[in-house]
Amino acid sequence: MELEKIKKKMRSGPVLFSEYKLGEGVKKALQLGRENILFELKDSGLKGRGGAGFPTATKWMLSGASLSDKKFIVCNADEGEPGTFKDRVLLLEYPELVFEGMIIGGYTIGAKEGILYLRGEYEYILKSLEDFLEMLRKDKLLGNNILGNENFSFNITIRLGSGAYVCGEETALIESLEGYRGEPRNRPPYPVNTGYLGHPTVVNNVETLASVPHIILKGGEWFKKHGTDKSTGSKLFSVSGDCDKPGVYELPWGTSIAELLKVVEAKNTKAVQVGGASGICLPKSQFNRVLGYEDAATGGSIIVFNESRNMLKVLKNFMEFFVEESCGQCTPCRIGNIKLLEAIEKIENNDFTFSYINNLKELGRTMQLASKCGLGQSSPNSFISILENFKDEIFGLNGKGKNNG
Amino acid sequence: MVKRENERIPVSQQAHVVDKPKDLTNIGGTVSVQINEKKITVPLGTTILEACQLNQIHIPTLCHHPDLCIAGVCRVCVVEVEKMRTLQTACSFPIMSPIKIKTSTEMVRKARRHIIDLLLSEHYGECYSCFRNGNCELQNLAKEYGVDNYTFGHVQSPRYEVDNSSAAVVRDMNKCVLCKRCVRTCIDFQEVGVLEAIDRGHDTHVGTFLDKPLADVVCINCGQCINRCPTAALRANDPSDEIWTAIDDPKKHVVIQTAPSPRAAIGEEFGQEPGKSFTGELNTALRRIGFDRVFDTNFTADLTIMEEGTELLTRLKKALVDKDQSVKLPQFTSCSPGWVKYIEHFYPEYLDYLSTAKSPQQMFGALIKTFYAKEENIDPADIVTVALMPCAAKKFECNRPEMYDSGFKDVDYGLTTREMAKMIREAGIYLPEMPKSQFDDPFGDASGAGLIFGATGGVMEAALRTAYELITGREVPFENLIIEPCRGFEGVKQASVKLENCVEQYKFLEGVELKFVVAHGTANAKIVMEMLKNGELNDVHFVEVMACPGGCLGGGGQPIPTSAEIRKKRAEAIYEEEATLPIRKSHENTHVTYLYEKFLTDGPCGKLSHKLLHTHYVKRGKYIS
Ligand SMILES: Cc1cc2nc3c(=O)[nH]c(=O)nc-3n(C[C@H](O)[C@H](O)[C@H](O)COP(=O)(O)O)c2cc1C
Ligand code: SF4
Ligand code: SF4
Ligand code: SF4
Ligand code: SF4
Ligand code: FES
Repeated sequence: MELEKIKKKMRSGPVLFSEYKLGEGVKKALQLGRENILFELKDSGLKGRGGAGFPTATKWMLSGASLSDKKFIVCNADEGEPGTFKDRVLLLEYPELVFEGMIIGGYTIGAKEGILYLRGEYEYILKSLEDFLEMLRKDKLLGNNILGNENFSFNITIRLGSGAYVCGEETALIESLEGYRGEPRNRPPYPVNTGYLGHPTVVNNVETLASVPHIILKGGEWFKKHGTDKSTGSKLFSVSGDCDKPGVYELPWGTSIAELLKVVEAKNTKAVQVGGASGICLPKSQFNRVLGYEDAATGGSIIVFNESRNMLKVLKNFMEFFVEESCGQCTPCRIGNIKLLEAIEKIENNDFTFSYINNLKELGRTMQLASKCGLGQSSPNSFISILENFKDEIFGLNGKGKNNG
Repeated sequence: MVKRENERIPVSQQAHVVDKPKDLTNIGGTVSVQINEKKITVPLGTTILEACQLNQIHIPTLCHHPDLCIAGVCRVCVVEVEKMRTLQTACSFPIMSPIKIKTSTEMVRKARRHIIDLLLSEHYGECYSCFRNGNCELQNLAKEYGVDNYTFGHVQSPRYEVDNSSAAVVRDMNKCVLCKRCVRTCIDFQEVGVLEAIDRGHDTHVGTFLDKPLADVVCINCGQCINRCPTAALRANDPSDEIWTAIDDPKKHVVIQTAPSPRAAIGEEFGQEPGKSFTGELNTALRRIGFDRVFDTNFTADLTIMEEGTELLTRLKKALVDKDQSVKLPQFTSCSPGWVKYIEHFYPEYLDYLSTAKSPQQMFGALIKTFYAKEENIDPADIVTVALMPCAAKKFECNRPEMYDSGFKDVDYGLTTREMAKMIREAGIYLPEMPKSQFDDPFGDASGAGLIFGATGGVMEAALRTAYELITGREVPFENLIIEPCRGFEGVKQASVKLENCVEQYKFLEGVELKFVVAHGTANAKIVMEMLKNGELNDVHFVEVMACPGGCLGGGGQPIPTSAEIRKKRAEAIYEEEATLPIRKSHENTHVTYLYEKFLTDGPCGKLSHKLLHTHYVKRGKYIS
């Protein structure tokens, strides 16, 4: 197959960055059949890599069980979380994994169409992806009667986003695909039952889908050998910030923060933001924590801050992001984020009381509980964790609240 | 019978409309849930909110409205659902499995209070200088949750300019809570699509296309958005100050005409249950306020039937006898100014199908400043005409440049039911206790046919009563003159009557099946217009369209709140009152006969009536420059 020629394999890693031959995943999947695919997937323990960590096998099973004449597989390549750029690497260097994951997904749940929702800023990848799809069609891996299978036809189209962070949220993504404002929907009903155009839809992250061909080929048992009990397999981490070797790394789940910092050659590290702007910020004392769904969960974003950074400024930067990127439809997030930002400004100006700050932490709790989607539910994370973990720096050096003696 | 498919409702919200089984004992059709300590059984797909309402458990709401699809955006209705990580919104959560719900835990109460505090922190306005004071859902929430301070501060200056551009609707986004009820009303319910959320994040606000003034976009002035706004962010353009000034001016002769629907609803403004008419009481109150004459718009409703009916017969004759291909049939009614503006914007190429007859309000204005002025010997320049209407669009209509046929502005002010109630209160009058009185001459009490104009199908029913009788010489073949197919709230109704044994003059209609269609709400009007486009109305003769759901009784100037149930009660009030009236056919209104004898001497659709009672329309189109 001529595709092999244009491939540049420079990376190595235990799962995703390991050897793979184009088309083998799909071939094996068609041999296995739906039941066995789902079995291997379930056995592998694969969970969503987009952030929420929902078991992929369950998602596929639910939509597979939904009765409908039309179903969709959507690949979420909106990659908008600040500090994440691992999906881009997969799309540029390992597109066969992503597309084959979609094809296998389509086969498993009974979808004939797949859509790749590509982040607007990645438009420059579009051409190479389109070319790749064309080659897949030539190789009979895409289109009618895939690999000669009478009962399986599948097509993939690529759609571009327009730069809203919230459109990475799966239901906002679907609204956007349908041509509406990118606003998250009410749940339930979930996309697996009522998704794109009202049909059962599986939305998976690029990396989740890219893991599938490897699992199908080598088995769930093999996949499970990597990682921890609750976080099986490996993970791509996009590391940025104060380190000598920023970039995308494939490491097994269960790697500790300290180990990761060593790999990327970070020095004088003061804090690590795990999970992007919507994640949590860990101080030195917690660098022994491990990356995984059971401890420090992340969709892949790791931002390193060294001693020279002002954590209040870091926090302010995150909050400004949310004030702007909230879709604005629900109260806790639309107004809550601006209140948190105002509080940061008050702290900067040393014009606050601790009871006021505590009120706002409680507000943050309400936002986590009552916001409509993951954006508002996680935007207070950095506020709460930075004010808690760096209180000495923020309140100690800087003095005290005006009315606080 | 015509299925209304609303494609715009986001599918996630459509999906909540689970067809609930009628038979609750049906296996699999129900699910048992536990709400607080109580175990209940509900049909599958019932929302938590519905389940609570059925069981007298109060859940606060703000963005929820019974007329509209679910939004789930305000988050005030959150409850705890066991095993779920976050709180869930009761209004949007369909019960599909046995769940345990808690509606008033500390977590729930705290979250609700936070949400209310957040809304208040951004709400620029003071209740005591606000027209929704005492009838505001935000104020109610603040009261319910005992808000006594601004936990998260309070805005000190307005963020948005008030949009006063429209003659009908005033938008003050400083009081907006972004519940998007207006958006859902305009897009999903009315299918006009003027309002949408604009911008993102904290800058999100409800706006028009490119944030243009409301007067410059395709708003049809129906005011339905006002009726569903929980706060004072939307209100009608209120002329009551000018009206007070006119009343206080001894030189001015101030007359008021009152439409049928406000009478059937104004009681609600005085704490009365919906469904009771206050016609006689209102007449007295208006005189006490200082109006010099109180007239019944139903008089010109009867006149409309004569004019529009004659126009229809002329069109039919041209089509059937003269075989004139250019005649446009079916003829559409033109008494709803919201509908008129809708067709001007969205179907301008079909304007010739509209009857040229003015609405009853405008006919009245033109007659008051001509016929009445002459009869009473008053200089029309000294007459101020006010129209009490259930409608916001009537404010726009009376300001149309075409409406100066008397040589003056035919109707000076359109006043809504809500604004009238305010004036009555201001005058220190408690309406329900007023003694009853009659309407003034020379227009007197009108026929019941005019009265039912207030409900969807009313114009059709009134027209049929008259047309059938003129054509055949016999009463319509319906018991008690109640033409059942015209009644009820189905979106698009179709029916027909066969014309047999016609009188000599109308022999050309012998054997014709007179077909008619009735639609209310512009979403249904759109269906009808698409049917017309597709040739599905080729054999239909007459179409009634009202821009507002339910007809005028659901108009944009009517008391707030509104719901299908309230509208149904108002309709009942109208039909009940109608049944008691001595005259129930427009052509039997002796005041109308008198007018044609004395003033419009060349008869319906004659020269003078064409000058005063008919109008023309503007091809507006939907593209905005
Ligand atoms: C505000 C917000 C932004 C998100 N952005 C992305 C994104 O860019 N890419 C992504 O894969 N998932 C994103 N998600 C998660 C998706 O909603 C969804 O959970 C994910 O695509 C499911 O795929 P997975 O199960 O394979 O992880 C986002 C979620 C939220 C709340
Ligand atoms: S939480 Fe924020 S982003 Fe999500 S729906 Fe609400 S306002 Fe929109
Ligand atoms: S809209 Fe409601 S809460 Fe706001 S000022 Fe008016 S009455 Fe008060
Ligand atoms: S008045 Fe009617 S058309 Fe105008 S914005 Fe309101 S709902 Fe839309
Ligand atoms: S204008 Fe009124 S109805 Fe519209 S979003 Fe604002 S508060 Fe809600
Ligand atoms: S009433 Fe349920 S979210 Fe607004």
